[in-house]
Amino acid sequence: MNHQARIIEIVERLSGKPLSIGPDESLFESGVLDSFALTDMIGALEKEFSIRIPDSDLTPRKFESIARIDAYVAHALLRAASPTLGTPRMGMPRG
Amino acid sequence: MAYLQAFGAYLPDRVVDNHELSAQVGTEAEWILRATGIVERRFAAPDESVASLGIRAAKNCLENAPLPARDIGLLLAACSSAERRFPGPASAIAAGLGIQGVPAIDLPIASAGSLFGMALAAHLAPAYGHVLVVATEVMSRVVERHPAHRDTAILFGDGAGACLIGPQTGFAEIRDSLLASDGDFAEALHLAPDAPLYMDGRTVILQAARKLPRAITGLLERNGILPAAVQVFLMHQANLNLIARVAQTLAVPEDRFFCNIQRYGNTSSASLLIAAAEWRLQHPSPPAGPLVFAAFGAGLHWGALLAAPGTPANSGITVGGAM
Repeated sequence: MNHQARIIEIVERLSGKPLSIGPDESLFESGVLDSFALTDMIGALEKEFSIRIPDSDLTPRKFESIARIDAYVAHALLRAASPTLGTPRMGMPRG
Repeated sequence: MAYLQAFGAYLPDRVVDNHELSAQVGTEAEWILRATGIVERRFAAPDESVASLGIRAAKNCLENAPLPARDIGLLLAACSSAERRFPGPASAIAAGLGIQGVPAIDLPIASAGSLFGMALAAHLAPAYGHVLVVATEVMSRVVERHPAHRDTAILFGDGAGACLIGPQTGFAEIRDSLLASDGDFAEALHLAPDAPLYMDGRTVILQAARKLPRAITGLLERNGILPAAVQVFLMHQANLNLIARVAQTLAVPEDRFFCNIQRYGNTSSASLLIAAAEWRLQHPSPPAGPLVFAAFGAGLHWGALLAAPGTPANSGITVGGAM
């Protein structure tokens, strides 16, 4: 299973329903996740991908959509492999 | 050393329930309850001010101690909703108590203001004697009750709390505190001049849900105390769901967290001391175990404070205002 499929599985588990929006659509504006489900998702991502998401990265924008989460996870995994890399920057690819 | 001696509170008379508010902000009362856990809040009367609310809470606290105002050596006033930029309400509260000449310091820290005040008071009490910490807010005048500002309009209420900390005796000794700040997220929750309060709720919740449990755990660990051994957690009353989340993270039953946000909403810095005053009113006997105070808010500022049974209890058993 690729990263995006694993992320979707987490989101569906937290929202309790199949994901019905596209990868670039907002998980918040569409009502898929609320603020507290977002905190759960952060913990679930850390566990699923064995990554540590620092406090400085805890902004909703970085986790706004499946595509953004996917990009964040990819960078976090790269960062874990090469600790000299910085944190993911915003303006990441949208799809 | 420093000790908790008494708490006090004052709540304005006017009750604003979710039905009244929902009509103004274009939502449903049930949604407000579900999203926040808040049933109603209090709004100050037009002739009330942050100083007048603070004076009422301070007097209630001094009655509960009991201690004459002239024995106060230092006053700290937390307030984020003052009517003017300066002076803050500290000196007016001191004047209202008849203790002109006593140093009175403002702490415009918002939600964590009373916690920071208590921690500072614990350090300053050996030098100044009795330190009165007052937290007072009229949040109803800094939020916009309009559909565009629905997420903040539904949260806040008005009120004031107070805490007396002394150097020699009290119902619990202040053992330790852990305070922290992170300016990287200062924009997430702020009140600019001539603009309504702004809050990026998702960022605040994300940060609080991680930083608050970590602060409490760090404080307890360095004092060799397990969360399960704490008698009561008294927190800033920001959101019922957040309090439940902190309890869950600490693996402590939710009923160990004293909550009154249902009746008063989020009163910013005042909420911690209003909650403490109500808790003390309901539990006037000496504490059976450690007490943990914790708060998180704009700044970001957050932290936790540990108190534990120390010297024999004093009184402290009434609460002012219409609770």
